[in-house]
Amino acid sequence: MPHKLVPQPKLIFEKSSPGRVGCNLPVADTPEVDLKKALGPTRQSLHLPEVSELELIRHFTNLSHINYGIETGFYPLGSCTMKYNPKINERTAMIPGFTHIHPMQPADTVPGALEVLAQVQEFLCEICGFDSICLQPLAGAHGELTCLMLIRAYHESRGEGATRRVVLAPDSAHGTNPASAAMVGYTVKTIPTDASGGCDMAALTTALDETVAAFMVTNPSTLGLFETQIEEICRLVHEAGGQVFCDGANMNAMVGTTRPGDHGFDCMHLNLHKTFSTPHGGGGPGCGAIGLKAHLEPFQPVPVVIRNKEGKVELDDRRPHSIGRVSAYFGQFLMEVRALTYLSAYGKERMADISRHAVLNANYVKARLKDVLPAAHDRPCMHECVLTAQEYKKGGVRALDISKRLIDYGFHPPTNYFPLIVPEAIMIEPTETECKETLDAFCDALIAICEEARTNPDLLHDAPTTQIVGRLDEASAVKNLDVRWRAPQKVGV
Amino acid sequence: MNVPTDLKYTKSHEWVRIEGDVATIGITDHAQSELGDVVFLDLPEVGRALQQEETFGSVESVKTVSDLYAPIAGEVIETNAALSGQSELVNTDPYQGGWIVKLRIADPAQAEGLLSPEDYQGVIG
Repeated sequence: MPHKLVPQPKLIFEKSSPGRVGCNLPVADTPEVDLKKALGPTRQSLHLPEVSELELIRHFTNLSHINYGIETGFYPLGSCTMKYNPKINERTAMIPGFTHIHPMQPADTVPGALEVLAQVQEFLCEICGFDSICLQPLAGAHGELTCLMLIRAYHESRGEGATRRVVLAPDSAHGTNPASAAMVGYTVKTIPTDASGGCDMAALTTALDETVAAFMVTNPSTLGLFETQIEEICRLVHEAGGQVFCDGANMNAMVGTTRPGDHGFDCMHLNLHKTFSTPHGGGGPGCGAIGLKAHLEPFQPVPVVIRNKEGKVELDDRRPHSIGRVSAYFGQFLMEVRALTYLSAYGKERMADISRHAVLNANYVKARLKDVLPAAHDRPCMHECVLTAQEYKKGGVRALDISKRLIDYGFHPPTNYFPLIVPEAIMIEPTETECKETLDAFCDALIAICEEARTNPDLLHDAPTTQIVGRLDEASAVKNLDVRWRAPQKVGV
Repeated sequence: MNVPTDLKYTKSHEWVRIEGDVATIGITDHAQSELGDVVFLDLPEVGRALQQEETFGSVESVKTVSDLYAPIAGEVIETNAALSGQSELVNTDPYQGGWIVKLRIADPAQAEGLLSPEDYQGVIG
């Protein structure tokens, strides 16, 4: 049940007491300099907090307790694959042989690091069904951008760079898809979704002509549905001379079970920080590795990490048609160490457990919630389910209210209002790492909240009431962003 | 949902008030309700000539960014200056204080093709 509101913590600046220090230095045996004289009023004007070591430790420990993450609770943020990252990943990433090397060391002094890169590439090639993997891109959207740059280079090499100026994307696409296409200079055209949640094939056929450079397809789609027409889509796009890019944000639904390369895709991006258990966002830099078929290999970023005939890993710079580097060195190397640890721990035999359990968990949640929050499309979902809270709208309750109320029940809210084509969308991705008891507790909470929506909607409008802050004013937060602490003005100064 | 009877509408959820050769344009109550709190509007330059259905700006809410389409062709003669500081007018007063742009109508016949209040009510269900 909901707990009561906890007090708002003070900022470290507000705990400051003039002259208090965190440690006492020994008496100096060198000539002393008066800091005030040496630095002028700089230190005072900075208003640095003056606290004891214990105050400092308590401050940050208490802040960490208010934080919410996968290690404190269920985090069903759709389209983000917030799976648990096993701790052994961190152990291997801290091995001094990996942390104490420099990217500018001669390649023959770091055979172990090169072996990591090669093995990750080989794993991912086999899992996704591509001929090459490039680990340089630093995030998912960076991977999309790199793929589109490869596609542009490919069309230019065939003399079609000037004519193929259009990129197609479904109306359910991640916002990064049209953004990446625009960054590469393409014009974006939207392909509608049909009533069953798949690609509208008639609209696609109409849109395909000699101006189309690529179709960007997310599979499974952002509706959490497998695009069953994918082979036909790839055939049609290829027939029109275009390339097909797979947005791999939802690869967790397919790992070990089916391969985008086999579906006909020419290239794809992967989010190692989603699918292959490396830290997300602020927890660690991302890795938006890309997979590509052989016809795009001449253009791939250099240096290319290859294994020669003797089995030795080498760096290959001899790519005259390469689009060049897309990041410094080899991407986020320690993320690749973590991903290799994860891949090795699963092994080929158990790899399919990832997608099977992810899909099973999402379908379980969808089935348990069907009477209170029906799915937008009534067919088996993949690793996430997109539900609609539309029936509560007439009673004044929106998807956002339901999500905010979930915070009071101790859960991180799911994704809301995405994909845009589903009214009052609630997008739940449980991932494979959650047990049935957790899924049941989450579903029980949502069922109770939907009952509250009918009987006492204000409970939802006021939510959350158990956190250090209540409902945030998101519009003001955007318009009048103010995240800076200012020293209180002293009276009479 | 409020659909005033003295206005014309588009399928893309703009409303149009026609007074002489001037068309005042905004987004409907339904549109603002679906968008959520509006935080920013990207508005066209005065003097710009717009074709019918041309994108002339965008409206950004806490949920999404959505394009604005010209219901009829015309030249931009004024944009709502109040919206730069008070974008919430689009939510709180979509048909009056939250108007977005005024056009000098190029072809009055195009107004005939716009949706009636009854037709628009049918679009939003």
